[in-house]
Amino acid sequence: MNERIRKLREQSLSAKPSISLERARLLTSFYADGQADGTSTPVARAMALSHILSHKEICINDGELIVGERGPSPKATPTYPEICIHSEEDFTILNSREKITFNVGEADRQVQRDEFIPFWTGRSMREKIFASMSDVWIAAYRAGVFTEFQEQRAPGHTVLDDKIYHKGFLDFQDEIKRSLERLDPATGSEAQAKKEQLTAMHIAADALIHYAERHAGRLDQLAVTEVNLDRRAELEAMAANCRRVPAHAPKSFWQALQYYWFVHLGVITELNTWDSFNPGRLDQHLYPFYRREIAEGTLTDQRARELLQSFWIKFNNQPAPPKVGVTAQESNTYTDFCLINLGGVKPSGENAANELTYMILDVIEEMRLLQPSSMVQISKKSPDRLLHHALKIIKTGYGQPSLFNTDAIIPEMLRQGKDLIDARNGGASGCVETGAFGKESYILTGYFNLTKVLEITLHNGVDPQTGKQIGIATGDPSEFTYFDELFAAFRLQLKHFIDIKIDGNRIIERLWAKHLPAPFLSLLIDDCIANGRDYNDGGARYNTSYIQGVGLGSVTDCLTAIKYHVFEQRTFDMNELLAALDSDFAGYETMQKQLRHQTPKYGNDDDYADDIMRRVFESYFLLIDGRPNTKGGHFRINLLPTTCHVYFGRVIGAMPDGRPAGEPLSEGISPVQGADRRGPTAVLKSAAKIDHLRTGGTLLNQKFTPQMLESDENLKKLGHLIRAYFTMDGHHIQFNVVSAETLRQAQERPDDYRDLIVRVAGYSDYFVDLGVDLQNEIIRRTEQGVG
Amino acid sequence: MTRRGIIFNIKRYAIHDGPGIRTTVFLKGCPLDCWWCHNPEGRNTDPECFGQDTGRDCLIGREVSVEAVFHEVCRDSVFYDQSGGGVTFSGGEPMMQIGFLEDVLTACRREGMHTALDTCGYAPTEDFARIAGLVDLFLYDIKLMDSDLHRKYTGVPNHLILENLHYLSGNGNRILARLPLIPEVTDTDENIAAVAEFMAQNKALREISLLPFNTLGRDKFRRFHLPDRMGTPRELSPERIERLTESFHQRGIAVGTGG
Repeated sequence: MNERIRKLREQSLSAKPSISLERARLLTSFYADGQADGTSTPVARAMALSHILSHKEICINDGELIVGERGPSPKATPTYPEICIHSEEDFTILNSREKITFNVGEADRQVQRDEFIPFWTGRSMREKIFASMSDVWIAAYRAGVFTEFQEQRAPGHTVLDDKIYHKGFLDFQDEIKRSLERLDPATGSEAQAKKEQLTAMHIAADALIHYAERHAGRLDQLAVTEVNLDRRAELEAMAANCRRVPAHAPKSFWQALQYYWFVHLGVITELNTWDSFNPGRLDQHLYPFYRREIAEGTLTDQRARELLQSFWIKFNNQPAPPKVGVTAQESNTYTDFCLINLGGVKPSGENAANELTYMILDVIEEMRLLQPSSMVQISKKSPDRLLHHALKIIKTGYGQPSLFNTDAIIPEMLRQGKDLIDARNGGASGCVETGAFGKESYILTGYFNLTKVLEITLHNGVDPQTGKQIGIATGDPSEFTYFDELFAAFRLQLKHFIDIKIDGNRIIERLWAKHLPAPFLSLLIDDCIANGRDYNDGGARYNTSYIQGVGLGSVTDCLTAIKYHVFEQRTFDMNELLAALDSDFAGYETMQKQLRHQTPKYGNDDDYADDIMRRVFESYFLLIDGRPNTKGGHFRINLLPTTCHVYFGRVIGAMPDGRPAGEPLSEGISPVQGADRRGPTAVLKSAAKIDHLRTGGTLLNQKFTPQMLESDENLKKLGHLIRAYFTMDGHHIQFNVVSAETLRQAQERPDDYRDLIVRVAGYSDYFVDLGVDLQNEIIRRTEQGVG
Repeated sequence: MTRRGIIFNIKRYAIHDGPGIRTTVFLKGCPLDCWWCHNPEGRNTDPECFGQDTGRDCLIGREVSVEAVFHEVCRDSVFYDQSGGGVTFSGGEPMMQIGFLEDVLTACRREGMHTALDTCGYAPTEDFARIAGLVDLFLYDIKLMDSDLHRKYTGVPNHLILENLHYLSGNGNRILARLPLIPEVTDTDENIAAVAEFMAQNKALREISLLPFNTLGRDKFRRFHLPDRMGTPRELSPERIERLTESFHQRGIAVGTGG
């Protein structure tokens, strides 16, 4: 990388994340001054965004080529008090906790206490949600049966398609006008609601155009005083870029990147969309600009690379907004889950990899930044060269890119009723979630603790951690004669809690639609403009609500152990087992050893355990898939944990797989940590017994020591391993390439390993920033190739 | 009546035992007694208890049917198909259980599976004749060209081994020679030159894998309370391996390492 990029990268790496109250201040004054009075909610939201973008500080960093920061400076991170309000204590914790800290100034703490907390209390979405939930929902939530994403983050999970590279925001406004003209006044209140929504979108479009013009104005000023003539010319070109985009379609590679970046800032300033918005198929979107400009001689590979590197740094400058409440004590993550997609297939179905795909892979390798995350879609049409190139980067131990199976992603979408072309233009985002880019709202609604449900089943509806009856009475398990009785009880309990979760989600969807529409995001996702409906209210072409199952490996091993030892081998009876669990195996060490080491386990290509996994999967799938949400779409499942398997483990006592109380559960669809003893092919065979095509994404983590990947020959074999998994419809696989020894050293001497990035779940993170539980778990995950 | 055999391990995702992704079946029993043996638990034909290891790990070796082994090996077919891999029989010395080996090879071949045999070559030539048509690739150890030294370090002379090598190469079998680089035993200039010269005389022997000595065997000697005759050998420097490689290259023989 050149000197400019080196400096910008260094600035990004060394900038301390901080809380910026700029957005909160502007938003509060907007509402407090009565500017929203008398307007509809969507219009007020659009005006609020306009107010923020018109008044927020413009930040242009020395030497940069793409401009715009979410806060007043790199890594200055806003709050969203209309969604959730940080308490004074939250700020203290954020400022002082060891990991994932955010600097909070003393003055800011006071303003938060004296102005923002009093103003927003009673108005925030989080309060509205908790006030609207049933007692059974609250009890299950508190027990850790499930989590709820939308209590702190906006339902923004979506990714952009190619539309902004063909159309400017003025074109979107033309579409809005046509949509307004089509409104049928005879429909009365419906037409009025659509008119308000479309008007709000129009205002939101103006807001971003104006925001770009403000950057142009500042760049003009900087150009006048710039003494370096080269830089002056750059500043003038950048000012011209900001006048061209987002108002008009971009004409150059450079403008395309700048355009996307303004759009990105618009989305993440309007709301704090979790699993963040990103450009999606970047190698596809930029390729026409690249080809044309290379041919015309207005762009060189070197310049294209430099612009991409600048673009990467912009993502890294935006840490994920920190959470509120008790969770502030957890270390969490700075990553905001932007997952750039490379490779895959074209809309015509042909292999999509091009020269830019490889250039972007090189940029990823060279930049080695936490954000954005990246992935490569491999289809059967993808050349081996693409897979091999990705593996060479993975081999360096940086945890990126992850690998996805295009030939699973497409049928997953077709099964959900999506158009083939929309599916080919889609991909995966966040951790592993399948989506039709630019056309779908696919919301993660929360994690679901499958193993906790079994614990409650084993106690006849009572949560043994609190002694409270939070489930239904499904029978005393010691009276069951057959394993199938236990499984039936588990299934009933599962249905009970899934019903609670879905009932809650339906209410929460309505709260967001009513109180916090997203007119800016609605500009970008088909067919919100054509439908005159908000993204948060079913305006998108496809509307999917996901519930993410966690602990499939753990719950499988628990059920397998009970079937094997209690009902078949009769090694011990149910009462003995329950007594052992209640005492956390104290005095039952032999039994714990048997449960751990002398029991069939998921992840070993052993049908005894894997068949039970299939039964759990079928139950979870059938209880959720296809149930309607309130946005014209459906509930679906996927299987990914992020880091929630650690929290979910903490709320569960000792379990029949031999796991002691409080330990993490298995993550994603990976086997229980250390349970897979038959090598990677056996893990993949077990994992492939899941019907991936009926999910919206599964996450499989595999750890390799570097020795396994030393030679090109071994790397090729790893490529074959992945191809074989994908032949069996596997959705995704990712690799940690480190030795346990290295990780232990990193634990002991974190200062020496601050640059060590590892795969956590659907993303990578700095190892030293992880909590000690998670660090230990990553160390424990089965190492392949030992002995 | 199906034949049964004694195996002591089945390793999946074996990536050092022939082309592609393979499953390696370790058959128990070996006629040699190499000082540097990596798998001392594979020497005796019968299942036996080793060391003080806990519970079930103690007993090494189990009796299995041809069908059971074949079934296990088939589990990874999807990976073989993708990678051009297959099954490898190793040990121990698989030729010690020739009847069982022949049956399993026949079953695998019927399935169209690529088969490899990792052998020390010390078995009756008529036994090799029985399986020569069932094996796609022989991974054939050439340790020491001096028969006296061969006897000293492995317990047997090398005449039969070299005779069988001639037989198989004359029979048109594909052979990948493998030479464990044991410091000061097999990696001497004299031995390397002799191996290279021997191979140069035989047009069917065009490739050799040099397997650098590792300490895996020593860990097992300790674990199983077996005498360690190797002591602490000097390390093989990359320069030395480079020089040994050159001896083969000069005679037109391709060299791989670690495979």
